[in-house]
Amino acid sequence: MFAFLTRRGAIALALLAAALLAAPFLVDRYILSIILLALLGAYLGQAWNILMGFCGLLSLGHAAYLGVGAYASAVLFVNYGIGPWAGVFVAIAAAIALAAAIGWLGFRFRIEGVYFALLTIAFAEIVRIGFDNWPFVGGAAGFFLPVSSATQHQWWNLRGGEVFFYYVALAMAAAALAAAAALRASKLGYALLAIREDPQAARALGVDVTRARFKALFISAALTSVGGVFTAFWTNNLFPAQVLEMSRSIDIILAPIVGGVGTLFGPIVGSFLLVPLGEALTDGLTALGVNAPGAKALVYGLLLMAIIAGTPSGLWPWLSRKLGLQERAE
Amino acid sequence: MSALLEIVDVTKRFRGLTAVDNVSLSVESGEIYAVIGPNGAGKTTLFNLVAGAFAPDDGEIRFEGARIDRKAPEQICAAGIARTFQIVKPFPDLSVSDNVAIGAMLRAPDMARARAQGEDILRKLDLYNKRGQKAGSLTLPDRKRLEVARALATKPKLILLDEVMAGLRPTETDRMVAVLREINRADNLTIVMIEHVMRAVMALAGRVHVLHHGASIAEGKPDEVTRDPKVIESYLGMKAAH
Amino acid sequence: MSLSLYAEVLIQGVLTGLVYGLMALGLSVIFGVVRVVNFAHGEFAVLAMYCAFVLFGLAGVDPIAASLPLAAVFFAVGYLMQRAIVQPFVTRPQHEQFILLVGVSLVITNGLLLAFGPESKHVDLSYSFDSYTLGGVLIDKTRVYGATAALVATAAVFAFFRYTMTGTAIRAAADNLTGAAVVGLDVKRLYAISFGLGLACVGAAGAIMMALTDMTPLLAPSLTLLAFTIVIVGGLGSMTGALAGGLLIGATEALASVIVSPAIKSMVSFGLLVLVLALRPQGLFGKAEA
Repeated sequence: MFAFLTRRGAIALALLAAALLAAPFLVDRYILSIILLALLGAYLGQAWNILMGFCGLLSLGHAAYLGVGAYASAVLFVNYGIGPWAGVFVAIAAAIALAAAIGWLGFRFRIEGVYFALLTIAFAEIVRIGFDNWPFVGGAAGFFLPVSSATQHQWWNLRGGEVFFYYVALAMAAAALAAAAALRASKLGYALLAIREDPQAARALGVDVTRARFKALFISAALTSVGGVFTAFWTNNLFPAQVLEMSRSIDIILAPIVGGVGTLFGPIVGSFLLVPLGEALTDGLTALGVNAPGAKALVYGLLLMAIIAGTPSGLWPWLSRKLGLQERAE
Repeated sequence: MSALLEIVDVTKRFRGLTAVDNVSLSVESGEIYAVIGPNGAGKTTLFNLVAGAFAPDDGEIRFEGARIDRKAPEQICAAGIARTFQIVKPFPDLSVSDNVAIGAMLRAPDMARARAQGEDILRKLDLYNKRGQKAGSLTLPDRKRLEVARALATKPKLILLDEVMAGLRPTETDRMVAVLREINRADNLTIVMIEHVMRAVMALAGRVHVLHHGASIAEGKPDEVTRDPKVIESYLGMKAAH
Repeated sequence: MSLSLYAEVLIQGVLTGLVYGLMALGLSVIFGVVRVVNFAHGEFAVLAMYCAFVLFGLAGVDPIAASLPLAAVFFAVGYLMQRAIVQPFVTRPQHEQFILLVGVSLVITNGLLLAFGPESKHVDLSYSFDSYTLGGVLIDKTRVYGATAALVATAAVFAFFRYTMTGTAIRAAADNLTGAAVVGLDVKRLYAISFGLGLACVGAAGAIMMALTDMTPLLAPSLTLLAFTIVIVGGLGSMTGALAGGLLIGATEALASVIVSPAIKSMVSFGLLVLVLALRPQGLFGKAEA
């Protein structure tokens, strides 16, 4: 599955895995929460990357799948007592239904490139405004999962402490990496790459472009919605302005773009750079006595421009070349 | 026995311009058949009609007796017709072997088998040593070869070759001619080619079909056709010297 | 609800739509020529609004009058930004252009937040509450002035592309880049002028909007989305489309906010956007791609 890694690359991956597994025993809660965020970012980035990096479809509305998944599982749990292990399937179904609507419009009418991107924004905004004005899910005031000591250790209901959620996030990030690697090596994976490179040539070689695009979209939406389930049960509160906002979609895609679109390790590298960077900015600016709202995001924006100008195809391709971590370019 | 590919009274118009005008031809299984004509004669449009990139406005196209003129390109490829593009369309960011494996996966049960089949074809087309390179970094002659290799990898019964000799040096042309002749003989692959390089047409084609302004003006053996006054006139005497 | 109320709302919507149209025209010019989607468009509009706010506070300049000098300043900003930042990204993939402009938008929004805070700002003009009466229908004076200014600015942009050498050269470059380079046009300069013009539109539109509504930096993303909706509905890259889209969206949102609810109004325009993408992906005035 990871045969393209050099011996050195494989060792680095094994060391990383070991470090992440041991992290709860080595670092304090604050650092652990940052790693958890980075893992979640890597997971969501991986999901987005399947659509953009493998298939060439730019989605700027992935928050919709995240939010729909989060709300579906949370509402089922709170209002109907259905646990997340069942709710996750409903979450996936809801996200796929949404993706089917976008795909039907986009692929049937051959909406490509920037038009597809804007279509995804439009859908995501419709969903956000819908949730904002839907009393059943709390509207703009939000939806809350009860936190009580009685259910605190019902791990089967995705209830638990920070360390529990850390391991869930680690497992999800690892599973997404494995899934993306398996997909990449499969027939569907190659079909997607062919479509990304040249849809017309792909069709001439017998690839059913529309069907493959639907599959990629469904896989990406489904994975993202599972991230939404995690988000709901981890944070215990959902606001359309947080889980469904355009800025959330941007957050999801920053890591894979900065790390390297279309690569397996790009989303991980990007997330593990950007999340700590954001935290370091907060700490650094506070230490400097700068407390004003906006200062952090301003510097973050400048750094983002610098990174994207400096490493065009992302950090991972550059990093792996420098350190000799893989045999051939992914 | 009926023909492998039959094109019957096919017409295609683009905004008033008739690109292909009531063309009929049929190609027998195992044949090497060339379509020639001056630039703008409608040759590539005819290929696009057969390959399913456009549907004809009139007429029928049959492959192994079944209508294919309303089918999608991927269905036509699956039915056994592969094509190359005049302006080559490699998958530039993927390796040469990945390019060919994508062609081979149409009929291979898994990617490992597709890769293995692809490598055999790369050997035939002298691309095996470059299999690790990105397709975008190949020279034009190599890209032309890759275009053919990728189409062959889909294991077609019939292959449409659109000017695969253009830009090749004479020795490279001879090599490509030898490869195509070998594939035609060993695998009984039917070849329909659009070609300007008459050296290759004369060496390979059993029959030649000449298009001019979208219409058929001649069909026959290569040496007969090249002596046809109408054909010479259509080229204004320029290409007839070859 | 009386008919005259609907008429009033519709007219207000159309007048606002002219200002929206000017803003969207900027987005359309930039995309039509440079082929880059300015994801920081709404942020530039808000920046212009704050400039107008400051000019009003310091020197009492009417925001609608400020639209002229601000258009000039924003032209310069756009020209320099294209040369210095965007030009290297012209040939890079869309998602990388997107990140670059997200970076720009973060800098603008948060710079404004730092400077002015999140509270909403507005200007009180001497004629803010005046209105005209037309057959029993009330029309805000500010809106009439603003729409007139927007219309003049829009006409100026159209005239530039139609009657000047540079405008013709830009249209040529947008049509056929290689051809333009072959005949010796300085494409980079034309791109910079186009980006400058695009921002001049948004600068003027932003200044005018300051006379019409309250403003906070947090409104920027919704203005960006509004501009997207307008240009997609009208046809991305089409100048007439931007104007028509502005009118259509302005009228639709105004009517939707009284008929349905103000909270839902932008959902209606997104619905319209989806409908247009489905039925006529090139937009109402866009050319179908071959």
